[in-house]
Amino acid sequence: MTIPYYVAPEQVVRDKAEFARKGIARGRSIVAMEFADGVLLMAENPSRSLHKISEVYDRIAFAGVGRYSEFDTLRKAGVRQADLMGYLYSREDVNAMALATAFAQTLGAIFSHELKPYEVEILIAELGAGDVDNKLYRVSYDGTLYDEPRFVAIGGKSEALLEALEELWSEGLALEDALEAGRQAFRRAEERESEGWELVVLDSSNGRRSFRRLEEPSSPESDAGGAP
Amino acid sequence: MPRFPLPLDVPVPGASFSDLLRDVGATPRWDIPADAARTISAPEGTTVLAMTYEGGVVIAGDRRATEGHLVAHRQIQKVFQADRYSAVAIAGTAGLATEMVRLFQVELEHYEKLEGRRLSLEGKANFLARLVRGQLPMAFQGLVVVPLFAGYDELEAVGRLYSYDVVGGRYEEIEFASTGSGARLAKSYLRTAYDPGIDAAGAAELAVRALVAAAHEDTATGGPDLIRGILPNVFQIDSAGVTQLPDEQILPLAEHAVETIR
Repeated sequence: MTIPYYVAPEQVVRDKAEFARKGIARGRSIVAMEFADGVLLMAENPSRSLHKISEVYDRIAFAGVGRYSEFDTLRKAGVRQADLMGYLYSREDVNAMALATAFAQTLGAIFSHELKPYEVEILIAELGAGDVDNKLYRVSYDGTLYDEPRFVAIGGKSEALLEALEELWSEGLALEDALEAGRQAFRRAEERESEGWELVVLDSSNGRRSFRRLEEPSSPESDAGGAP
Repeated sequence: MPRFPLPLDVPVPGASFSDLLRDVGATPRWDIPADAARTISAPEGTTVLAMTYEGGVVIAGDRRATEGHLVAHRQIQKVFQADRYSAVAIAGTAGLATEMVRLFQVELEHYEKLEGRRLSLEGKANFLARLVRGQLPMAFQGLVVVPLFAGYDELEAVGRLYSYDVVGGRYEEIEFASTGSGARLAKSYLRTAYDPGIDAAGAAELAVRALVAAAHEDTATGGPDLIRGILPNVFQIDSAGVTQLPDEQILPLAEHAVETIR
């Protein structure tokens, strides 16, 4: 029988964290921000079929950076959880906070139990209703949950993006201005042009399902959502 | 592998919401004696109908639910939007039927979100057949659910409609279909009045007239209640999606039908 080498738990956690961070740093970043009519999500994504931003529920969107297969597994689990809660109770009983917590717990469990942590960072955006504010949550690879006001960025260049948005973002931006702020922040952080935008708004004028994809460069609305 | 707070792992193919419900143990499990239905009676919904027109399909239903010889509900809804391009109407045990519709609605949206595209109209119709068939043990107890399904086929750019039977048989209908206690009366009215070249407005008017004709002969079908303002539900489905006609639009049709149908 071979005796496994002893590795200090601190070392294990550090190694896993470094591994996950490297994977995420390679990914292209995503920003989400409030604007006059709701929440705007912008991802640099040259692919038109592999989405990084997707609909979870009536007022909730999901975005992920890092390894596609891993954040897509999480996205699908989130859709299942949301649809289950909404069906068993009522549509109003599905909220981003509960979902973000479940994502955080799941990522935390994967980080500590699995040999390989997920190389992902995810973002949950919820459109507010009435007196309830919009919500933006960020969950890191180890399951740490952050509640971010106004705007949030995930991915390799998130810090530079946040720094730029701190200057460019202001309360009550119109959609066009919010898009411009996002593009500008991207240029500053990456020092290059985007290779293609995936753009999504959560806007209550879209009906019950507030999720709508926008087409580049102008914004005639696409048909992805659809509302009963 | 530990169980995670989120349902990460589900059986293949995994896009079905009903399978997920069963997997998490949220479907009801009944153990009902063979003659149980003789001891209970539940409200039943009656006449619904649908017909195709140039570029779309209309689906409509009366508002009455009965329990034996009594009126159980005066303004129950029996026609529901299923997703952006389809609607479903139900006849039979109202409680089971409305729950089936709710599950169907979630199922279509669930698939759309997971797969990033809508099911084909045929796919939706087949899935509804599966839900009806899942109801078979209840049907043997006398608790029957028979839907009608109508939708706009995005691939073919036409309106289509499907009727079902108790065992989940699914039949595509070319012109019109009806189900429920007044179905035979509604169908014979439609058979004489339907014209394949009918337009959307004509189809809506004919739908209301056929329901009024059925209500004249069948006590379980509720006619328009002009005093209380209870009017049939009429949905129109075309390339723009599903639209429920507002009461203001149905009222003149109902008044005219009540006046002119003997």
